[in-house]
Formats: sequence, C-alpha cells, structure tokens
Amino acid sequence: MGDIAKSMMIILLTGILTDNFVLSKFLGICPFLGVSKTTSGSLGMGVAVTAVMALATAATYPLYYFFLVPMGLEYLNTILFILIIALFVQLVEMILRKYVPSLYKALGVYLPLITTNCAVLGVTLLNIDEGYNFGESLVNSIGAGLGFLIAMLIFSGVRGRLEKCRVPKTFEGMPITLVAASIVSLSFVGFGGLVDGLFGGV
Amino acid sequence: MSYMKEFTKGLIKENPTLVTLLGMCPTLAITTMASNAIGMGAAATFVLICSNVVISLLKKVIPKAVRLPSYIVIIAGFVTLIQLILQAFLPAIYDALGIYLPLITVNCIILGRAEMFASKNNPAAAALDGAGMGIGFTLALLCMGSIREIFGSGTWFGIQVCPNFMEPMTLFILPAGGFFVLGCLIALVNKIANRQPPKATGCAACPNREGCPSAAGETAAAEKISEKAAEADKKEENK
Repeated sequence: MGDIAKSMMIILLTGILTDNFVLSKFLGICPFLGVSKTTSGSLGMGVAVTAVMALATAATYPLYYFFLVPMGLEYLNTILFILIIALFVQLVEMILRKYVPSLYKALGVYLPLITTNCAVLGVTLLNIDEGYNFGESLVNSIGAGLGFLIAMLIFSGVRGRLEKCRVPKTFEGMPITLVAASIVSLSFVGFGGLVDGLFGGV
Repeated sequence: MSYMKEFTKGLIKENPTLVTLLGMCPTLAITTMASNAIGMGAAATFVLICSNVVISLLKKVIPKAVRLPSYIVIIAGFVTLIQLILQAFLPAIYDALGIYLPLITVNCIILGRAEMFASKNNPAAAALDGAGMGIGFTLALLCMGSIREIFGSGTWFGIQVCPNFMEPMTLFILPAGGFFVLGCLIALVNKIANRQPPKATGCAACPNREGCPSAAGETAAAEKISEKAAEADKKEENK
C-alpha cells in the first residue's frame, strides 16, 4: 500500500512541478497565453481543464484497452480520442447547464475552449504511451491539470504587473508576454530533482 | 498569377508562426534541434496540403453545423497516416517528435486554414495555400531550431559548429529558452516589418477567432467578467 501511495505521489508531484505541462512540455500554450489576463479567468479555466482531463482519461483509457487493443486498432487512438474529447466537452456542458446551473454559470464559458486545448489530447495519449494503469493515469491527469492551473495562476499575476510596465515598442504584446513566460518557466527549473529528493528516486 | 500569390503569402507575409502567431505548442516544444524542426515542418505540411484538398472537395457536402468536428476527423485521419509512415520509414524522427506528432491534430494552423481558406476555395488553390503555409511554418521552425541548437548545444544538424572551448548555453535548449527565442524572433519580425504590433494578445488578436470554438468561449468569458464588474459597481452605488 505504501508503495502504491508513494508512486502516486511521485506521479502527481512530477505532473505539477517538475514536468509542468505548460512550462516544460509546452502543451496548452494557447489558453495559457490567451486566458491568463485575469486571476478569475485563470482559475475557472484551470479548474475546468483539470475536470475534463480527469473525465477524458476515465473515458479514453477503458476504450483503448477494451475496444481498440482487442481489435488490433491501436493506431486509431488519435482519431478516437479527439472525438471522445469533443463529445465529452459537449456532454459536460449540457449536463451542467441542465442539472447544476450554478456550476455551469461559473465554469460553462470555459468549456468550449477545451476541445482545441492540446493539453487534454496530450495527457490522454501520454497515459497510453507511458503504460500507466488506470489509477496512475487518473492521478497523472489530475496532476497535469493542477500543474496547468498553477501555471495559469502564477502567470496571471505576472501579467497584471506587466500591464503597468513600459515596454520597448517592438516587444509590445506577444513578444514581452513570451519573454515573461520564459522567466516563469525558468523558475520551475528549480524544482528539478525535487521529487527524487523527497522520495529517494523512483 | 493569383495562384502563385496563394502560395507565397504563407512564406513571409502571413507566416503562420511569426506573423499570425498560430501553432505555438510545436514551435516551442520540438525546436531544440534543427533536424526535429524539419521533421515537424514536413509532417505538418503534408497534413496541411492533404486536409486542405479534401476539405475543399467536401465543402458542399459537410453541413455547416458540424463542420468543425468533421474537419478535425479529416485532419486526425491524415495525422494517423503520417504517423504510420514516419514510424515505418523514419523511426528516428518519429521518436524525436514523440507526443507532438499526434498533436498536429489540434494544431490551430491546420484547423484555421481549413476554416478560413479551404472551405471557401477550389482544391488547387487550397493545395497551394496549404503548401505555402506549411513551408512558412517549416521555415519558422528551422529558424528557431537553428538558433536554439547552435547556442544551446554548439551544433547544427548534429554537426559541431562552435569551437570546443566555447561552453554551450544550456539555457537555450531548456523550455525557458524556447519562450525567450520565440519572443525575440517575433519582436524582430515586428521591427523589420515596421509593423504596429497588435495591442491585444490571445484570442482577441487571433485571426482564427471566427472559426475557433475557443474564441467564442473567450468572448463569452470576457463578457461575463465585465458583467460581474458592472454588477459590483452597481452594488457599490446602492450602498
């Protein structure tokens, strides 16, 4: 039991800190640069992405192992997964609107953004590539989502400051945002080795 | 002549990465080496040309309401095709690109060209547009990849170019270096083109916003936030 808990913690912390999805794997850059202007927007988007990542993994994992593998159709995973995610986002949106209107009001606007978020497709494909079991896949997805949330929140703070700065004309807009992202990303390099240090290696 | 224009516009004037700022994820992720950049660019170009032609041929058949899912499925089909081809014939490139190869499916350049160009034009023009955009994307990737490889590991296409006594700057092949080099390149393009950089960033400035489901969500989110602010103001006034 201790071993399982330990390996889960390693996967979780790796996803959040050392292999942060946005800042070291470059997945989900568009929403990271697009929606991170306000803290509330970052929070809503981050929570919605985490939920959809976990749900999408819960749906794609069994489909891959109980449907595609027995039929020998593993190579169709990209097509199937993107369809599942698109369908899933629609479904979650409809269910929330009908049954939990308060939650829909808070998160609903962020849901359509998620279909084209490469982090969601990325995490479902990575889970298969890494050969994780079902529990590990779920933990990895949640870790990736939380990592995305943290990166968004930190960056929204940085951008708040950036708005008030005077920037060289050629760097205005996207270039300075990218340079700021570079420095935020550099700070996450500091977490390298943290997981190994805490748990004494994998 | 006009066909030639469809091809050349993607190279520099509307370069998808450096001017219209699309497809950031692969641009940042795989450009640690120049050879990866070529592999990624070629794969994306193949998918762009094929999906543009097919979508252009099917433009009257696909109902408007389900066009985005249909485009995604067509694109995913070609991505699977190139995945299998690379796996069989160029396994080194396949391994180097890793997860980013299947993620060409959600690359917004391809969906953007499908929505903005292929669905409105004939197949020949769509193919040229795809080729131009793909080559423009490849050039931008190659530029990024060369800078990062030369500074970060002292080599170019795996060949030693910097003298041995120079310590390579590892920063450039770290993720942080990717963000930094791309930011500087875009600033350089702005400078050369003497272009007033767009004030807005994110979805508001994105040329894809009409067809992109994200943009609709972004607009709705922005409206909601401003509504909330207005409500708060009202409450303050009532007090």
